[in-house]
Amino acid sequence: MADNHTHTEHLDSETGKLGMWIFLFTELFLFGGLFLVYAIFRAKYSADFHIAAGELNAFVGTMNTVFLLVSSMTAAMALTAVQKGDRRLTIFLLLITILLAALFMVNKYFEWSHKFEYGIWPGSPVLKNMSHGELLFFGLYYMMTGLHALHVLIGMILLSINVVKVKTGAVNSERFLMLENSALYWHLVDLIWIFLFPLLYLIT
Amino acid sequence: MNHEEKHISTYQSLVIVLVILLFLTTISVLVTGFHLGALTVAVALLIASIKVFIVLTRFMHLKFENRFLRLAVAGVFVLFALVTVITFIDYFFR
Repeated sequence: MADNHTHTEHLDSETGKLGMWIFLFTELFLFGGLFLVYAIFRAKYSADFHIAAGELNAFVGTMNTVFLLVSSMTAAMALTAVQKGDRRLTIFLLLITILLAALFMVNKYFEWSHKFEYGIWPGSPVLKNMSHGELLFFGLYYMMTGLHALHVLIGMILLSINVVKVKTGAVNSERFLMLENSALYWHLVDLIWIFLFPLLYLIT
Repeated sequence: MNHEEKHISTYQSLVIVLVILLFLTTISVLVTGFHLGALTVAVALLIASIKVFIVLTRFMHLKFENRFLRLAVAGVFVLFALVTVITFIDYFFR
């Protein structure tokens, strides 16, 4: 019944990349939906959103933006390095990317703990006594930055797997689709933050 | 089958892209420092859109991809814009 295939290994990198992009489209709509909810409620409760957004630390937000932008560049450079067959440089650049992602998470940890100290966490008594608009702002803030932070964690895991694969030679200058797709994922994480940052931290 | 040579971004070009992105971030932070109301929102979103375009074309290599993929990505953004506009129309005029 089963045919004996002569070539068991087949890698169509163009199709593989297209598949990744289609997945990224679903991710864009996942966050896009949240952006839309944010935009509508911001229009409805602009005064409350103004007060609540003022609570956020724009400096921490800016720092995290810089971390993600630089890490996006090192991820793109890692792809260049692997294509050129420079294994050591690829691993080095991937590790820098992971380090920057970790710094982003550390920053996020302090940012959230600072909010928790003031009694602001989802469902907290302090939050329940706030106005409807402020409640919505912080709900969306935790939902959007939380979902984004989850993506950062997944990105860190993906990049770490790539470090191992480059080390063992499973990802090399001939076969680098996995690294390419992981880099695409990482750029998406950056891309979403580019919109999250002004919406939450800058526009008050 | 690969008909064309695969494009490899140079390290130098990627550094330039980063510098531009950091520059735009700085402008974005400075501009929102002046509270210009609705204009601030417009400027912040415009700068964010430019940054996203640069990330898509340069870091994500869309500039060097085939036309089909580029159109697909553009289509997704147009679709999202339409969903946004329709939602707002529904929200304000119901």
